[in-house]
Order: sequence, then structure tokens, then C-alpha cells
Amino acid sequence: MDLRYGPEYERFRQEVREFLAETWPLSGEEAKLERVQQSARFRKRAIARGYLARAVPRAYGGSEQPPDVLRASIIREEFARAGAPLDVGAPAAQLIPTLVAHGTEEQKRAYLPGTVTGELLWCQGYSEPGAGSDLASVQTRAELVDGEWVIHGQKIWTSYAHWAEMIYMLVRTEPAAAGKHAGLSYLLVDMQQPGIDVRPLKSLNGDSHFNEVFFDGARAPADRIVGRRGQGWNVSRSTLQAERNAVATADTTLKQFSELLELAKSTRRNGRPAIEDPAVRQRLVEIEGYVTSHEYSSHRQLTCAARGESPGLIGTMNKLVGTDIATRMARLGLEISAEGALDAPYHHAEMLTGGSGEANPVARFLHSLSIRAGGGTSNIQRNIIGERGLGLPRDFAVQKRKAPA
Amino acid sequence: MNFGLSEEQELLQQTIDQFLANECPPARLHEIFDGEEALDAELWRGLMELGLGGLAISESHGGAGLEMVDLALACEVLGRHAAPGPYLGHALAGVAIELGGSDAQKERWLPRLAAGDALATLAFAEPGGIWDPSQWRAAVRDGRVDGVKEHVLGGSAADLWIVGCAGGDLALVERGAEGAALEPFDGLDRSRRLDRLALAGTPCELLERGAAAAQRVRDAALCLLSADAFGGASRSLEMAVEFAQQREQFGVTIAHFQAVKHQLADLASEVEPARALFWYAAHAWDARPEQSERAAALAKAHVAERFVHAAYETAEIFGGIGVTWEGDIQIWLKRALFDRVYFGDTESHRERAARLADW
Repeated sequence: MDLRYGPEYERFRQEVREFLAETWPLSGEEAKLERVQQSARFRKRAIARGYLARAVPRAYGGSEQPPDVLRASIIREEFARAGAPLDVGAPAAQLIPTLVAHGTEEQKRAYLPGTVTGELLWCQGYSEPGAGSDLASVQTRAELVDGEWVIHGQKIWTSYAHWAEMIYMLVRTEPAAAGKHAGLSYLLVDMQQPGIDVRPLKSLNGDSHFNEVFFDGARAPADRIVGRRGQGWNVSRSTLQAERNAVATADTTLKQFSELLELAKSTRRNGRPAIEDPAVRQRLVEIEGYVTSHEYSSHRQLTCAARGESPGLIGTMNKLVGTDIATRMARLGLEISAEGALDAPYHHAEMLTGGSGEANPVARFLHSLSIRAGGGTSNIQRNIIGERGLGLPRDFAVQKRKAPA
Repeated sequence: MNFGLSEEQELLQQTIDQFLANECPPARLHEIFDGEEALDAELWRGLMELGLGGLAISESHGGAGLEMVDLALACEVLGRHAAPGPYLGHALAGVAIELGGSDAQKERWLPRLAAGDALATLAFAEPGGIWDPSQWRAAVRDGRVDGVKEHVLGGSAADLWIVGCAGGDLALVERGAEGAALEPFDGLDRSRRLDRLALAGTPCELLERGAAAAQRVRDAALCLLSADAFGGASRSLEMAVEFAQQREQFGVTIAHFQAVKHQLADLASEVEPARALFWYAAHAWDARPEQSERAAALAKAHVAERFVHAAYETAEIFGGIGVTWEGDIQIWLKRALFDRVYFGDTESHRERAARLADW
């Protein structure tokens, strides 16, 4: 056991630090660009050095590096320390491995270069009003009419649909296929067209980062299908796995814990800093036990990945563990705030969805609900841990109810 | 960066696991738990023959010269089987002498401890739940010690007690020394027998660097208790999973019911991440001394609580069997309650962890 990276990797870390010192933040005229443009320019330079888009071939705008989880981990640590943009996040992050694995040559050339730099903005069309945890029951349909897909239906909880240029989506193309998993296809569709109506959904935090998206005769060329017709479920599964791994990583958890500590130090309770309250101290260390377990479990899984071994049980539970810790932290943040928790959090909500600023405990608490639901609810995670991790039997097939006569 | 086990470490765990599966299956465990013997000599001899007496004792003194991580991995397997006996005390006595002993003291005791020719244990606690070396009151004057030590693991079976004294000193007291009186303690976890040790003008020999070693020995104890607790917790979870896959109600095994499946999944997500926490605490003891004291306190508090939770939930999954004396899980539940309090309870270590971070 050795938590040090060793001389070869420390040299690499030094290289990364030097690159970041020279490259980020941008200077001169570039510093005046919009954030998205700044990030894209920086990412291009980082990709040229082999630091980002490491799993994407050079031909498609990536840096095509051999898999090396330790280098990847150093890059994450150093970029985060410098506040520099990392690889693009959700929902584009889940599309990238899917396109690399299943996309056609034309699709990869057309979409990957812009996606890896963050210039091409995507949203994800999976959930529908009637297809949440039971995602395979999506009803939005697409028919081939005169060489074009024509789409009718509705998606929901579609984050960033109001900004995105494109949507990757699951649609039903073979309504006659046997079984709900068959007959789905994975399509790439332009958002700027008359057949698409985006209506913002206001979250309980007061922000509107997700939307309902209505499709009424929206169109996409026939070659915008990823994978084969009717194979969309299998294509989307690689995407879902990537999403689970991205949610509530130990890095996020550690950052939130240090914010909670700052809150406890800066908030006064009974005339003293809250952190001097014995009850608060007990709760903080209790939570830190979970946080540190999660942190070192991620080192453990990093080691498994480097050795090419399966992490086993622990690998099935990252999302549930991470979101449970987030809820515990959010709850303690509320308690520390005491009367302060009566304040409206609405002006703080932006920072939870990509903005920056002071973390407001109420907004944090309310937001913790949305990470429990996204990317597979906590109860779905419990099924995954139970069935794949512990080897328990799968759920009973739900009995088909007869329609009333 | 390597935060995983080596083949040698996996083999060490498999060897102990196989030995205990053969020599201490649940039926045997119940006999020892219910019996009157302070020590099951046969099982103890078997563990010593495996070389567990000297895992962390240097090779020059007849040990295997391994690290705290290895000792913790051994303790994980012992916790897994709820293995009876004073191994924790014996292993820590070796650590204490290795860290604090003079050459002569090491020469005299370590080879015997490593071979299992002598059984040693720690006498650290004092009445009132005092475990912290800075608060010990047992007084040494002119080579004699006066004081009362409680909860001495395997006290009546030991040939040598390492007694915590005022100023954080550590004193060697041999069995049969004048003025040393043992009184068995009627403890909850009968797999780990405790004694009260009263010392009145008892001849002793201070470890040369005992005061410097005492805190490190305490941190080692916390690492090993968290390892024991992890082993017990993960075995509790396994028992619950096995039972749910055998027990039938309503015509199917109860593992089919989502209520049970989700309870087990929650339990797994409480227990499994804690493995990395006890590894980290033991590794910090070996390689990151500046983090060790706090890591050990954090791990002991967290993992022992996970064990209590896991054993309690597992007993619940067992239904009626879970509340009987004949059931196995009661032994693990009592081990969990022991691990939670031994060497200081959860709340005391959480407060220490807060202070050590300057909160």
C-alpha cells in the first residue's frame, strides 16, 4: 500500500502544473470572452498536450492517450486546484463515450470535436412524463418519412434544453417490436427548429435549469441515428453507466464538506461559533467518517482500475453513497444555519448549477433532492446494489393488469 | 499509487480465514462463548502456530516484520469470525515493546511473544473510562507500581501485563508479581474475557521509551479495533444476505421482497466503504505519522458504529432467530458493542478528532 504516486507521476504532475500556470486563466483579449468560449480555447490547448479528451481519438478532436487512471487522477486534482475547466460535464460527458463506441465515421467527425471542447452544447432526451425509473417505456416516437425522422412526443427534466444546440434522445421507432426494450433508437436532433417547443420547469430552488421539451413534427436526417434501428436501448446503456460514475464523486463530496466546515466556523450559535458546539462537532466528525470512507474508496477503485480488476461490490454503490453523504451534509448545514434557514435561497440557486458564489445551506438542502433523483433514483440504486452487488434475485416481473372491461 | 492489497496480504487473510473456518466454526464459537475457561488454549496455540504472535514484531526478534496494515488485515479476519481470545492485547503488547522497549527488553520478550511462548496484554484502562495515556494515575515509585487497571483483555491468561502509568509511562509487570490481584469481570462479549488488575506495591520495570510509545500504541489499538469491527460488520452483512436467500415466506425466499433487498442494499452501502477507512488508518500509522492519530480516532469511531448498525440490522433480518442466545448473530452484536467502547467510545473519539483538527 502506498498512496504516493511515485517519481514518474510526480514529474507528470509538475508538467501539468507548469502548463496550468502558463495557460489558465486566459489573459489579454481572450480574458474578455464569454466563459464558454474561454473554456473551449483552454480545452483545445489542454487536449493538444494530452490532458483532456484522453479517450477520444485524435481524428475526432481528442488526445487519444493510453488509459492511465493515475495520470487522469493527477490531471483532475491539478486542474481542480487551478480552477481550470476539466473535460465537459453532464450531459455532453455521457454522449462522448457513446459516440466513440457506436457513432458512424461521419457522426464522430461532425460532433465529437465541438463536443469535447464544450462549444457544441447538448441536452439529453431520456425521461418522459411516463418513463422515469422505467426508462425503457418511452413513448416519444420517430418515423422515417421521405428520408427524415419525424418526431412526436414529450421529454421532461431536460437540463439545459434552453441553451443546447442539439439533443441526443431515445425514441420509439419500431412500435410493433416485441417487448418495451426492443424498438427504441438513439437519435441526434437539432434543437433550433420549428417542431420543438422548450418550456422551462421552475425547480423548488427557484431556478430553471431543466425543461419540458415538446416534439411536434420535429425533423432529423435519416443518418442521425446512433447504432442500429431498434438498438437504442443498448446504445443508451453505455451512456447511463457513464452518468452513474460521474455523479457525486469523492472530489465533489470533499469540496462540499470543506464548505460545511467553513459554514460551521463562520456561523454563530448561542454567542459562539457553531463549530464549538459539542453537538455540531459530533455531527461533523460523524459525517467526516462517511466522507473519508468515500474518498479512500475512490482511491481503492482507482487502484482496481489501474490493475484492470473489477472493484466488486463497492463499484455498484458510488451514487447512493455519494448522494446519501450529500443529504447528510445538507441537513447539518440547515441545522447550523438555525433561523438563517428562513431566508429565501433563490438568489443563491444559480451557483449550484454551474455558477459560482457562496453556498447557501437552504439551496444546498433543496438541491440535494435533485441529485437523488437524477441518473437513477436512490431506490433504483438499491436494486442495482442488491442485484448486481449482493447477488439477490431480480424483482418480480410486475403482473400485467387487465384493462377494465 | 497503490491502495489495494498485495498477493501476500490476500494470502495472509485466506490462511487465517481457512484456519478459523476449520477450527472455530459457529458451534465451537458458541461453546467457547458459553464456557468458563478464560482462554481456549487449543485455539490460541493454533493462532500462534500460524505465526500471528509475531506479525508486526521485527524479524531480528523472531517476528515477520510486517506493518500495521498487515496486522489490521489479520484483525479483520478475526473479527469476521468473531474469534475468541486476547489476540488484540497480545499483538499490541508486541507493538508497545517494539516501540518503547530497550534492546534488552526487546531481546527478553519479543521472541517469546512472537513464538507464542508467552502471552502478553495491555492494562491501559482505569476506572471511570480513562483510556487516554495523559490521564493515567497508576503510580510508579522505586520500581513498584500502585493502581487499578480495568478491562484488561485476557488479563488472567497473560504472562505479562503492560501497565499504563502516570505520565503516560508503560511498565512491564509479570504474572505472579507481588501485590498483583486479578478479578474476572463479568463482561458482555464473552469471546473476549476481561479482568480487573489491582496493583499494590507490585514490582515492575518501565519500558525505556514507554511514554513516547504510549500514544502510538493507543492509535494502533484504534486501527486494529476498526479492522476487527469491519470484519464483523461485513460478516454480519453476509449472514443477512445468506439468510434472506434461504428463508422462505409467502412461497419465495425473502430476498425477493424489495423491502428486504433495499434494507440489505442500504446496509451494504453503510459497511463496504468503511473498508477503505480502516485501511487508510492503518496505512497512515505506517507511512503518514502526522495524520495517524486523527485517522485512527476517525476510523475507530466510524467503523465501530457501522458494526453496531450492521449486527443490529442483521439480527432484525433474522426475525425470531435474531433474538435468541442460540443464534449466531448475538455474538457479533456483542462484539460490536465491545468494539464501540473498548479503548474509548465513539463520542470520545469524535471529540478528539474535532480537537486534533483544531476545530
